[in-house]
Amino acid sequence: MNSEEDYKNSKGNYNNSKGNYKNSEEDYENSKGNSDSLNIRVESYSAMFQRAKEKSEGVFIPFIVAGDPDFETSLQIVRELVEGGADALEIGFPFSDPVADGPTVQSADIRSLNAGMTTAKGFEFIRKIREFTSIPIGLLVYYNLIYKMGVDTFYENARKSGVNGILAADLPPEEAGDAVKAAEKNGLNQIFLAAETTSNERLQEIIKLCSGFLYVVSVMGVTGARSEMGTSTVEMVGRMRSHTKLPLCVGFGISKPEHITEVIKAGANGAIVGSILIDVIAENLGDQDILKAKIRESCREMKEATLKDQIE
Amino acid sequence: MIMSGKFGRYGGVFVPELLIPALEELEGAFLKYREDKKFNKELEYYLQEFAGRPTSLYFARNLSEKWGCKVYLKREDMLHTGAHKINNTLGQGLLAKYMGKERLIAETGAGQHGIATAVVGALLNIPTEVYMGSEDVERQKLNVFRMELSGARVLSVDSGSRTLKDAINQAFRDWITNVDTTHYLIGSTMGPHPYPTMVKHFQKVIGRETKEQILQKEGELPDAVIACVGGGSNSIGIFSEFIDDEEVELIGVEGGGEGIGSGRTGATLSVGTEGILHGSFSYVLQNFDGQITEAHSVSAGLDYPGVGPEHSYLKITGRAEYVAITNKEALRGFELLSKYEGIIPALESSHAVAYAEKYAKMKENRGRSIVVNLSGRGDKDMFLVAREMGEKI
Ligand SMILES: Cc1ncc(COP(=O)(O)O)c(C=O)c1O
Repeated sequence: MNSEEDYKNSKGNYNNSKGNYKNSEEDYENSKGNSDSLNIRVESYSAMFQRAKEKSEGVFIPFIVAGDPDFETSLQIVRELVEGGADALEIGFPFSDPVADGPTVQSADIRSLNAGMTTAKGFEFIRKIREFTSIPIGLLVYYNLIYKMGVDTFYENARKSGVNGILAADLPPEEAGDAVKAAEKNGLNQIFLAAETTSNERLQEIIKLCSGFLYVVSVMGVTGARSEMGTSTVEMVGRMRSHTKLPLCVGFGISKPEHITEVIKAGANGAIVGSILIDVIAENLGDQDILKAKIRESCREMKEATLKDQIE
Repeated sequence: MIMSGKFGRYGGVFVPELLIPALEELEGAFLKYREDKKFNKELEYYLQEFAGRPTSLYFARNLSEKWGCKVYLKREDMLHTGAHKINNTLGQGLLAKYMGKERLIAETGAGQHGIATAVVGALLNIPTEVYMGSEDVERQKLNVFRMELSGARVLSVDSGSRTLKDAINQAFRDWITNVDTTHYLIGSTMGPHPYPTMVKHFQKVIGRETKEQILQKEGELPDAVIACVGGGSNSIGIFSEFIDDEEVELIGVEGGGEGIGSGRTGATLSVGTEGILHGSFSYVLQNFDGQITEAHSVSAGLDYPGVGPEHSYLKITGRAEYVAITNKEALRGFELLSKYEGIIPALESSHAVAYAEKYAKMKENRGRSIVVNLSGRGDKDMFLVAREMGEKI
């Protein structure tokens, strides 16, 4: 028995939260071959960090889940992020079992999957973003999505759709051999996480494989907005700064412009902000105009927190 | 990590970076205390005095006559709390205590592992919290009450599938947030390294006893060892001692649900494909994209869309064979054992019994000796079975 068929047959047996999500085989077939023709301009992470450095400011990287709450709205939200001053974008592909994520991102994943998001559509989403911006785009995924498509194919599709870098939340250096190779082959950055509990020795191992920037996890925990920023975050950023020249971007739990200013002052190059924006999406599902206006406003505030006069 | 935690290509540590130090600490402690005299003595004491080991290897005379085979039952159903799960929770609970952890967390589906963790928390005086999908909380109220009586707090999980899979996700999230103080007591041979190796270590006692007992009773090894496979712990526990004895057939029985072609099945090794779930690379139930799908089995303990990585390895190398038994067949196994031997098995174990009948009735197997691992007793399943049989209790 082919399991593929098995799952198709089981469609409709569950309610929406049961994880029987759209099968992207069709999307995948349809998308083949139309990507190479794209003539896209992509700014590198290093150029972007250099640009910020010249202006003596930090970078602001918003995170959203592709297709949340649906493909079109999500794309419009990305436009607002770019208009609102994002220096780069972090785009999540939804996963049924996101163990590193708190309830906010989990809900976004479910909304997106229920609206029919698939991996193939995810790449299409990136291509659509590339029609209006060249700022760096990082993908945030769980490794099973990469593995299932085939590591090489996934990275090739990422390159062709205009992705800069890939971070797999559940892929520590121990297991990252294939991914790092595929990233190199396709000229993409493989991005890794580091946290307070990461020892200096381990940090060295991570840095050897990491390129683009190092994703510094600001809290011990899962993603989600926190009202307070731990004092240890500042220390941790300092420690990591002393170990690497790689740009450092701090994420997980950042919810206020003050947090952004704080981590940049501590030596980080930028901040990644997700849950607070996704909360805005979740709270304004009924009214697109308000949603877009609020997203743009949030972005403006947070970008402002990275500016020269704030961080000096 | 000292070890790679791989079984061939399977296993590994597919977890967020935040958990790596905790897994390293756990691996270190496991490797240390597994050789430690005091630790082993204490564990042996509890296994004997608290859990009720050794369990007997019972010759099922009536079924043997009926089936034309020698049928032995490894009576893990006789253990305290009613299943083999206690072997592992005692081992890991004690390890957590030696590591100075102040809190245990666990996941549970039907509640068996949750109860086995709760009583160990009470025994060792470690506060215990058990994650359980809100649907399971509703379906297994009795077990929720049992856990609470033993002092554990049951945390209902409302996200995703609201069953075991998401209880595990939530337990991981808790662990990521509280790694310093907390030990995550995983209930089967799944999850990231060192769990599959460690849980096997604590469940190996089943196989060790079985081998000794069968040699004593029969003077030779059995022809086949049959066990049900959810995450894979009772099966690995009994298989491991026989893996090097090539002449012994090892047969894992998965929860076939409504049939492996129905789309409503828990038979991960039979119909799944390779993928990554809950920290390890193994077979999983997933769609084209790699989104994990729901498993289905009448027995909650086999209702899981993944399987321990060592089973994937044993399948691929051909050392073990994996078969699926449907809900209906399992209920027949349940009735047979109850009626002919006066032993009411857990629905999980009933799958192994049902396959034993199939095996015994194959011509080429006539007269052979079979060991069935009776992983647990059926008390927990009474309401469900009554309902399936159309009885009101
Ligand atoms: C009695 C019994 N047998 C078997 C299982 C399946 O788990 P495993 O495959 O880890 O032995 C369970 C799980 O809850 C159980 O309660």
